[in-house]
Amino acid sequence: MRLKILNSGYGFGTKVLFAFIHAVSRQPVPDAAKLVFYRPDFYGAPMKEFTHEAMRGPSAWSVGDRELMAAFVSKMNECEFCIGAHTATAVRAYHDKAKVSAVLSDLETASIEEPLRATLRMLRKLTREHAVNADDMRAVLAASVSREQIEDALAVCLAFNTTDRLADAFGFFVPGPKAFEAGAKFLLRRGYR
Amino acid sequence: MLTEDKKRTAYTAVVTRVLEGDGRASRAGRRAAFDNARLAEPLRTLIDKVAKHPTRVTNEDVAAVKASGESEDQIFELVICAAIGQATRQYETALDALALAMTGKKRSEHASEDPQ
Repeated sequence: MRLKILNSGYGFGTKVLFAFIHAVSRQPVPDAAKLVFYRPDFYGAPMKEFTHEAMRGPSAWSVGDRELMAAFVSKMNECEFCIGAHTATAVRAYHDKAKVSAVLSDLETASIEEPLRATLRMLRKLTREHAVNADDMRAVLAASVSREQIEDALAVCLAFNTTDRLADAFGFFVPGPKAFEAGAKFLLRRGYR
Repeated sequence: MLTEDKKRTAYTAVVTRVLEGDGRASRAGRRAAFDNARLAEPLRTLIDKVAKHPTRVTNEDVAAVKASGESEDQIFELVICAAIGQATRQYETALDALALAMTGKKRSEHASEDPQ
């Protein structure tokens, strides 16, 4: 990572925890974890609470749907680390690799439910163009997506529009598929807290 | 509505913490990074890239800000504020669009329509 403090600025307790994570997962500690463990009172602790609520809290969207939204938003932001992490997690949550691949390669032709497609279209515009208008929202509502579902999807988008920027600004190392697989298992078992 | 409140409350706590809590960068500096405004070079270039083109941030952008006197801890905080600021603006724009689609009014207009 571009800041030395994010590679080596940890106290004894955190170093022990990192050694434990490394031993259990047999993978290096992902840079996403290093970020939230550095001076956690500034950003990591409150952000983990919010992200957990958005990704695992009560919602009409399934965990798989929300992980797919996270992967999709990250794809729009061209954030390699988060695309890898959340594609692996969505595939694992859905038990359906083909569905996730289809959405990420072409949203319009992917075989998914229309409410999910309409929601992802709106997130695509918001993430690429940094804005959406009332007509964009009317199109999502017309696809039988509730106001609460739109708000839930916007919370996922908010979390990943933040995290994607930090991953690229700080220069997260992008590991191989085994590391993303281990990360996906962890995120489905424990969530983001 | 209760769960939505919980989400909003958790997010508000993130924003309040990074902008108003203790930090190594000044509160004014953190607010400027959040707003992507009122910044001088070379910090302006780094923060604007974080907000608008994060994949274009380079080692040189970060090195230039360090050379200008900011510590790594200050850069850590300012970059976080910039990312949260841009994501928040997009989120607020989307919530306004949703309110407009549902009610014909922006969220900010609701407050002023309350009966006296």
